[in-house]
Amino acid sequence: MTIQMKTGLLASAAMGALVATAAPVAAETSLTVVSWGGAYTASQQRAYHEPYMEQNPDVTIINDDGSANALAGLRAQSQAGNVTWDLVDMLPSDAQLACEEGLILQIDHDEMLAAAPDGTPASEDFLPGSLGDCFIPQIVYSTVLTFNTEMFPEDQQPSSIADLFDVENYPGRRALQDRPGTNLEWALYADGVHPDEIYDVLRTPEGVDRAFAKLDTIKDHLVFWTEGSQAPQLLADKEVAFSTGYNGRMFNAAEVEGQPFQIIWDGQVVEWDGWVVPAGGNNVEAVMDYLYWATDSQRLADQAKYISYGPARASSGELVSTHADLGIDMNPHMPTHPDNYQTPIILDNEFWTDYGDELRERFASWMLN
Amino acid sequence: MAPVEVIGEVTGESAGRPADPAALRRALRRSERRRQLWAFGLTLPLLGFLVAVFVVPIAGMLKLSVANSELATAMPAATEALRAWDGTGDDGGVPPEAVVAAFATDLEKARAARALAPVAQRLNNAFAGDRTLLQGTARNLPEAPDGSWTATLEALDPAWGEPRIWQSLKRAAAPWTDLYLLQALDLQRDATDAIAPVSADRAIYRNVLLRTFWISFLVTLFCFVIGYPLAYKLSTLPPRLANPLMILVLLPFWTSLLVRSAAWIVVLQREGPINESLLWLGVIAEPVQLVFNRAGVLIAMTHIMLPFMILPLVSVMRSIPKSHMQAAIGLGASPLEAFFKVFLPQTRPGIGAGCLLVFIISIGYYITPALIGGAADQMISYFVAFFTLETVNWGMAGALGSLLLVATLLLYLVYARLVGLDRLRLG
Repeated sequence: MTIQMKTGLLASAAMGALVATAAPVAAETSLTVVSWGGAYTASQQRAYHEPYMEQNPDVTIINDDGSANALAGLRAQSQAGNVTWDLVDMLPSDAQLACEEGLILQIDHDEMLAAAPDGTPASEDFLPGSLGDCFIPQIVYSTVLTFNTEMFPEDQQPSSIADLFDVENYPGRRALQDRPGTNLEWALYADGVHPDEIYDVLRTPEGVDRAFAKLDTIKDHLVFWTEGSQAPQLLADKEVAFSTGYNGRMFNAAEVEGQPFQIIWDGQVVEWDGWVVPAGGNNVEAVMDYLYWATDSQRLADQAKYISYGPARASSGELVSTHADLGIDMNPHMPTHPDNYQTPIILDNEFWTDYGDELRERFASWMLN
Repeated sequence: MAPVEVIGEVTGESAGRPADPAALRRALRRSERRRQLWAFGLTLPLLGFLVAVFVVPIAGMLKLSVANSELATAMPAATEALRAWDGTGDDGGVPPEAVVAAFATDLEKARAARALAPVAQRLNNAFAGDRTLLQGTARNLPEAPDGSWTATLEALDPAWGEPRIWQSLKRAAAPWTDLYLLQALDLQRDATDAIAPVSADRAIYRNVLLRTFWISFLVTLFCFVIGYPLAYKLSTLPPRLANPLMILVLLPFWTSLLVRSAAWIVVLQREGPINESLLWLGVIAEPVQLVFNRAGVLIAMTHIMLPFMILPLVSVMRSIPKSHMQAAIGLGASPLEAFFKVFLPQTRPGIGAGCLLVFIISIGYYITPALIGGAADQMISYFVAFFTLETVNWGMAGALGSLLLVATLLLYLVYARLVGLDRLRLG
């Protein structure tokens, strides 16, 4: 009996170890690229990684889906003196913090990035305000509210952020991301604050209390998601009627997988997303070579063939065409398309740089209590 | 050859003289000691392993929960000045100019060396908002003071004119801190350094700790109720039937915990097989919510923990001779009476071991509640993961881990008191 039991314990321990250490296969250079997983990593894989590895057979790119906790990961690796990430896809507010803390390398934009096809230097070609000291944007994305059309009667379909907070007319569970960003903004927006004034209100303690009070009104109906790929899954399984999520993921689920999803563009929270290079990595030279290639105008436009995120370079805009597999025009699905861009909330990175940590802790306390 | 030589030596020494019993004893003791050393040497790999993977990490965790080296590392001169400061000053709590000047100078140095982040994090751990205060001040700090440093800092942010931040800094300068251990119990030190409860919107850990114990208790109870009859059946079946059934009990052990937890989501969800069958049978009219809530956590955890209950029970039950029950019935007891008076008491060591195992493993559970539970079903480990993965607050993660360790040890002591450790049978 003892032996049987120990074998069982050992077996489960071994399983755990296997799950935890999917070890990279040694190649001449292997780059660990940290990104958001799911449909997003898949779009990078097809637009960037695969063509690059084809041109550079000595380079192997390994995907790590760690971006949801990228800042904490960079801090931990730096404190431990063991930097294993080579390139990280992260949000500009976190990138700003990491940059100030010296966790990531500063970027000389025109030196390290390719110019546009017509010769415009990178610093002028990337959309205004998108480049950071350490941050190279790839895409404009937005966090949108999406619902499963089968969960509501045909004459009672939701259409605005206010409907998310209206459990009487739009019953059903709602999935929100398990962190404060976007949720606090929407709580205030639904409470009647004008999109342009949301961050002014949030900068006051009363404003934060007001946002949490609004969230309290739907707390009993909430489910929380962590990884971007969970949101469309919850909606598809009809576990929830509404879910917040990244517009590209929702596009993929609706158009590629044919799920009955409808995106509500009202109050979409628009933000950049892009690359940073961790300081102290072992393959900085190889990463820089990859970055120069993977952020040129054609490559950024290529990513839009696989997922509905807008490229961050002006010169890529005209190169955006149709979806690689479906052949549909990608432009109407972009967050920046005029029809979708009626009432956007532009995410204030400075605000989240300053208040991110304390609001994250407060949100976690609120969520779990 | 060796033993012969030893004997030769001894006999050689005593040759021509009457045998020296002391020398013989010494030789015997020497060889005895050598044997003991050899036997001990064989356990060295195990000891080394235990120290490396058990003692050292736990000691590290305990140390993290009281470590306080951020300020001392990044701003050594300021730390020394703050340590020397007695905590009083003008305005009732702002330190004298010399201390403030030492702090301001070190702040600029640390910013230039990009070493400020850990200090900002440390201060923010104690008081939300201090990260912004410190980083913002460091960014705008002039090279020379405008009059006094005290006035300069206060001009940059009025918070520097209040005693609170300086008390925080003084505490951050101490070699050790009780900040995290107190926070893990929803306590803090107030302005007068006395221990006081934290504000209501931050007081969560006691609640989560109670929830952790409650969920673990329920899982243990369910495992016992389901596991005991099953173990009884398994122990009475002939091996031909018992062995295949035992494999079914052990089967879940051979599947990854992650896979089992994820599989439960599929089974329990709104359109999963359980809801579909119940709907089809007409038992329910609407799908029941079985996942992302407490029910899901209890179902999945009970399933995962069941083998830990069954194995010790079966092992104890198999060791109870069948003749005991037969004798009791033969002497006139009803089968029920015989079971409660003769069989059940003899299985107590197995019950104790099974319950203890299930409970202790349950209170440290993370992945299953994280996947299957809702926000209100997360246990204390969720916060350990939150603080390590999301805010890199090692102190809090260490303090919560230490709390869990203490709770486990206490439980173990209670068990030792009630049942006796010599009666523990793990299988």
